[in-house]
Amino acid sequence: MAEVTRREFLKFTGASLAGSSLVLLGFTPETALAEVRQFKLARATETRNTCPYCSVACGVLMYGTGDRAKNAKSAIFHIEGDPDHPVNRGTLCPKGASLIDFLHSDSRLQYPEYRAPRSAEWQRISWDEAFDKIAGLMKKDRDQNFVAKTADGLTVNRWLTTGMLAASASSNETGYITHKVMRSLGVLSFDNQARV
Amino acid sequence: MALQSLDIKQRSATTTSPPGVRAEATVELAKLIDTTKCIGCKACQTACMEWNDLRDEVGDCNGTYDNPRDLTAESWTVMRFAEYENPKGDLEWLIRKDGCMHCADPGCLKACPSPGAIVQYANGIVDFHEEHCIGCGYCIAGCPFDVPRISKKDNKAYKCTLCSDRVAVGLEPACVKTCPTGAITFGTKQQMQHDAAERVVDLKSRGFENAGLYDPAGVGGTHVMYVLHHADQPGLYNGLPERPHVSAMVRLWKGAAKPLALGGLLVAALAGWLNYVRVGPKEADADDERAAERAKERTDG
Repeated sequence: MAEVTRREFLKFTGASLAGSSLVLLGFTPETALAEVRQFKLARATETRNTCPYCSVACGVLMYGTGDRAKNAKSAIFHIEGDPDHPVNRGTLCPKGASLIDFLHSDSRLQYPEYRAPRSAEWQRISWDEAFDKIAGLMKKDRDQNFVAKTADGLTVNRWLTTGMLAASASSNETGYITHKVMRSLGVLSFDNQARV
Repeated sequence: MALQSLDIKQRSATTTSPPGVRAEATVELAKLIDTTKCIGCKACQTACMEWNDLRDEVGDCNGTYDNPRDLTAESWTVMRFAEYENPKGDLEWLIRKDGCMHCADPGCLKACPSPGAIVQYANGIVDFHEEHCIGCGYCIAGCPFDVPRISKKDNKAYKCTLCSDRVAVGLEPACVKTCPTGAITFGTKQQMQHDAAERVVDLKSRGFENAGLYDPAGVGGTHVMYVLHHADQPGLYNGLPERPHVSAMVRLWKGAAKPLALGGLLVAALAGWLNYVRVGPKEADADDERAAERAKERTDG
């Protein structure tokens, strides 16, 4: 190994100090290039949907990982306003603009739950069980309270003890079908979240 | 070295010039914030958090609607609410979306000692590159609007990027897109100035005779501009500076002091070299050696 004298050592350290001082003063050989953060939506799958919050029913675009290939399991990672939606034309309120955290929230309701009368416990049930339960309760109430004719013999076929509250985040077609189904049962009390 | 996805105009602590053969075809972009249309809903704040993957700590209430109370390394834009009683005795609620102004003459970039930590693109955006940031905080001293914040997590400076990643692919910033009242708009600086002028005429006809555009010349104009009802008193909007300018100390330190320091360095190096060639290295003679021996004996004994 080469011997380094005190003088040589001082020369080397002096030269390094001078070099680093020049770099700090801005004499850097680096080329003046820079890059922005990578655009995170480049090949993400874009899905249209309606904001679940209020009755304004703004259009949103949901961006999911993957390209819908069979083996790629999608996960939504970004949501922003849909510029082609006539209601909001791309804008969103503070709640809509932060929908991604609502979507991934631990407390988000993702399946039907049932709480029996006088019970404090919620239990998870299947969608089929939920539909059966709702249909059973509706039938029981309708059988008891359906009015086919009034006292003076006028045919009315109405069911006044149950009402329907529809959501605003529905298409015209959904609204039409909802209306037909409920009216055919005799339901007269009909309201919509869009009245708020 | 990273590839180039936007043309660079200026780069902190760098004397080599950026690639400059391209014609100035890149349009100068600007964000116009019309405080007279803002309802303070904070959609811009949540859209900013969402796009930039920022989740600040949940703060507390200090009796105002300001939430969070101030800009942080994880809150790059904050609505500032001010209650102003005008001379007629009416209360006016002045709401300003605070954040980086993207100055044409950025004090942060001027003050930054780390090469490439702050860049200005040809479209006017001033961007921080945290991988080059050394966390010294000079950008905070250099900023006339008190915008950059040092993160306690990684000791690096952060601020609004004007969504440079969205703008680079032709999109508008997240806050602009989400604004429900249309108080925030985005386009060429020329278009924004034109729109602002029209709005100012409208406001003047509605009794705001001091309405105007805030595009301060002290920092060469900004790429985030405000329409104010009271452009004669920007201080009403939670201390928006009336004549912002880059601090004289920063100008001196990064301007005149730099060539002087370089001169001093060269003079010292030259003097050392001249001394070496004319006088030669300092050699110890026999007397010096004996004196050193005696001094050693005294300290040892």
